[in-house]
Amino acid sequence: MIEIVNLHANVEGNEILRGVDLKIGSGEVHAVMGPNGSGKSTLAQVLAGNEAYEVTEGSVSFLGQDLLEMPAEERARLGVFMAFQYPVEIPGISNAYFLQAGLNEIRKSHGLDELDALEFRDLLKEKMDLVAIDPKFADRPVNQGFSGGEKKRNEILQMAVLEPKLAILDESDSGLDIDALRIVADGVNRLRSPQRSMIVVTHYQRLLNYIVPDFVHVLWRGRIVKSGGKELALELEAKGYDWIKEEAAVGAGAE
Amino acid sequence: MSTTKDTIPGAEYTGTRVEQSTREIEEMANQSYKYGWATEIESETFEPGLNEDIIARLSAKKEEPAWLLDWRIKAFRQWQTLTEPTWPNVSYPKIDYQSQRYYSAPKREKKQLSSLDEVDKELLETFEKLGIPLDEQKRLAGVAVDAVFDSVSVATTHKEILKKKGIIFCSFSEAVHECPELIQKYLGSVVPANDNFFAALNSAVFSDGSFCYIPKGVKCPMDLSTYFRINAAETGQFERTLIISDEGAYVNYLEGCTAPMRDENQLHAAVVELVALDNATINYSTVQNWYAGDKTGKGGIYNFVTKRGKCQGVNSRISWTQVETGSAITWKYPSCLLMGDNSVGEFYSVAVSNNYQQADTGTKMIHMGRNTKSTIISKTISAGHGNNSYRGQVMVMPKAANARNYTQCDSLLIGNQCGAHTFPYIEVRNNTSSVEHEASTSKISEDQLFYCKQRGIGTEDAISMVVNGFCKEVFDHLPMEFAVEASNLLKVSLEGSVG
Repeated sequence: MIEIVNLHANVEGNEILRGVDLKIGSGEVHAVMGPNGSGKSTLAQVLAGNEAYEVTEGSVSFLGQDLLEMPAEERARLGVFMAFQYPVEIPGISNAYFLQAGLNEIRKSHGLDELDALEFRDLLKEKMDLVAIDPKFADRPVNQGFSGGEKKRNEILQMAVLEPKLAILDESDSGLDIDALRIVADGVNRLRSPQRSMIVVTHYQRLLNYIVPDFVHVLWRGRIVKSGGKELALELEAKGYDWIKEEAAVGAGAE
Repeated sequence: MSTTKDTIPGAEYTGTRVEQSTREIEEMANQSYKYGWATEIESETFEPGLNEDIIARLSAKKEEPAWLLDWRIKAFRQWQTLTEPTWPNVSYPKIDYQSQRYYSAPKREKKQLSSLDEVDKELLETFEKLGIPLDEQKRLAGVAVDAVFDSVSVATTHKEILKKKGIIFCSFSEAVHECPELIQKYLGSVVPANDNFFAALNSAVFSDGSFCYIPKGVKCPMDLSTYFRINAAETGQFERTLIISDEGAYVNYLEGCTAPMRDENQLHAAVVELVALDNATINYSTVQNWYAGDKTGKGGIYNFVTKRGKCQGVNSRISWTQVETGSAITWKYPSCLLMGDNSVGEFYSVAVSNNYQQADTGTKMIHMGRNTKSTIISKTISAGHGNNSYRGQVMVMPKAANARNYTQCDSLLIGNQCGAHTFPYIEVRNNTSSVEHEASTSKISEDQLFYCKQRGIGTEDAISMVVNGFCKEVFDHLPMEFAVEASNLLKVSLEGSVG
């Protein structure tokens, strides 16, 4: 599905990613964990195509194509979706209109007919049921006046509608209480499929109790310093990140 | 644009990003003004200059009655005592009023046209090209159109249908001959000839425009529309519109305007007067798309317009909706005099200034009657080096018990070289009234654009979406076709304004 090789990226001249290697197969769910400032969100933003981040080295191949060559909208049309850590408000534009516009752009790029408003309404209704979202969300302006939990659920709704091949969840658990967390996780789990890969970026292990990953990676100082199965997340929960930092420091000692 | 803080940490501009944006901006800004062509047509044009002789000739051309010539001459003499206002927040080189031409009309064999077949082919084609078909077969179904080309009205459609209802909809010049008593009664009754510098100039030299009278108790069966086209070079356009909605009458009125692209600035100084009697309603919508000048600020229309409505009767209602995308300079304050008890005034406005456009626009709501109510929703969008000012006056007179006003001014900035300003003037002389004013300024954000792009929506569509969302409250008040046109216009006006 996606192969990241030696990815380096800067923000305002500061190197944040310093050689990330990650390979994700079809249908796999990978958790990317790490302490604050380790580069988790930067990785998500770079993959999604945020131009505020400058890639200085490395490559990302997605479905055999060079992802880094493409602007964000083309990546989205190809099937890359990011659930934002801080979903953005667009006053005056309804959720339904926004999503219909996005979906139709994606459909157009695949040579499919655009859905008209009525067809889209049916689809939206079905997806709202799937992720258990109140139908009134359809006509509310995008994220405006939404609570933190509603915004995160709205991201999952968008993922359900746009049906990406690769979903990147950037701290979809941050700011959620346990009930809201469960709702978001349930939504995500319903969208798991052998054709859809996911990168779950999170600081805490608790989200992974609900979205059980196939692999767990620890990012530290812009590199993946440890990878393992889902039990690695539990180990991190129990022991914290310090032992990882020490291991990494020993490993990097040769530099 | 959101006023809450939704920043992605570290998602700031970088040097390369800005350079790239600039390139995108330049590419897209090359999108040209769609209506910038000129029609080759033989015209009768006065030599440049303004004096009483020119005015007398103009009046004679139009075979006007003596009282109207007197009215013009009086206005001209008042104009000479007035000075051009300097308070608007706009700057432009001094206009030489003697170098302008004050009359230009396509040459005609006959004075009166008995049918559209007699209208010049070039003229019909001009309006067709503008999307305003005038011939019988292609006419816009639900809209009656008066087409004004330079100084004269060339055609008015659907006249017969309207006539059956007793509605008069014709060019101002025709109205002078056909219903002089109405003109004499109402001309200058809302905007007096000496109201301001530009209104006085217009009163002296106004050429043509639309006249509309809706009789008692009649709901106009279709929208009425005037389409203004400036064509001739170095010629000012000074049209005059007068709309009277008699007791219990109702009318929707639409106004559209375009002009060719010329390097010289052209002057447009119009006057619009609306009168609503008891229980009458007038909804006046404008989509103003005069030529705005090029990217460097060269050329474009100077749009100095006085628009005012008088809610004379009880329970009367006047609503202004305007979308201002064109003109190099806009100076315009559609206003309401709320005289009748329970009368309602509304002003919904979107003003865009891109490149070097300047707009100083807003409204005046003068509450005189009891229980009068006014609403002002102003949305200004500034991009490029554009400069946009909202200037609004809300005045509550001593007798206006329980008057209410709500004002909301929102400014959207695109890029970092544009400006937005708000100048509210509020004067309340009655302690039972309430006046509310809200204002906000926001920036279209990289975050919003990235969010849209991440969902598959391209940059231009994303900008257009954010801007349309910002303008929604105003667009909701436009008739359907106009709302679509306005939304498309915004897209064209702002193309390339963000990277």
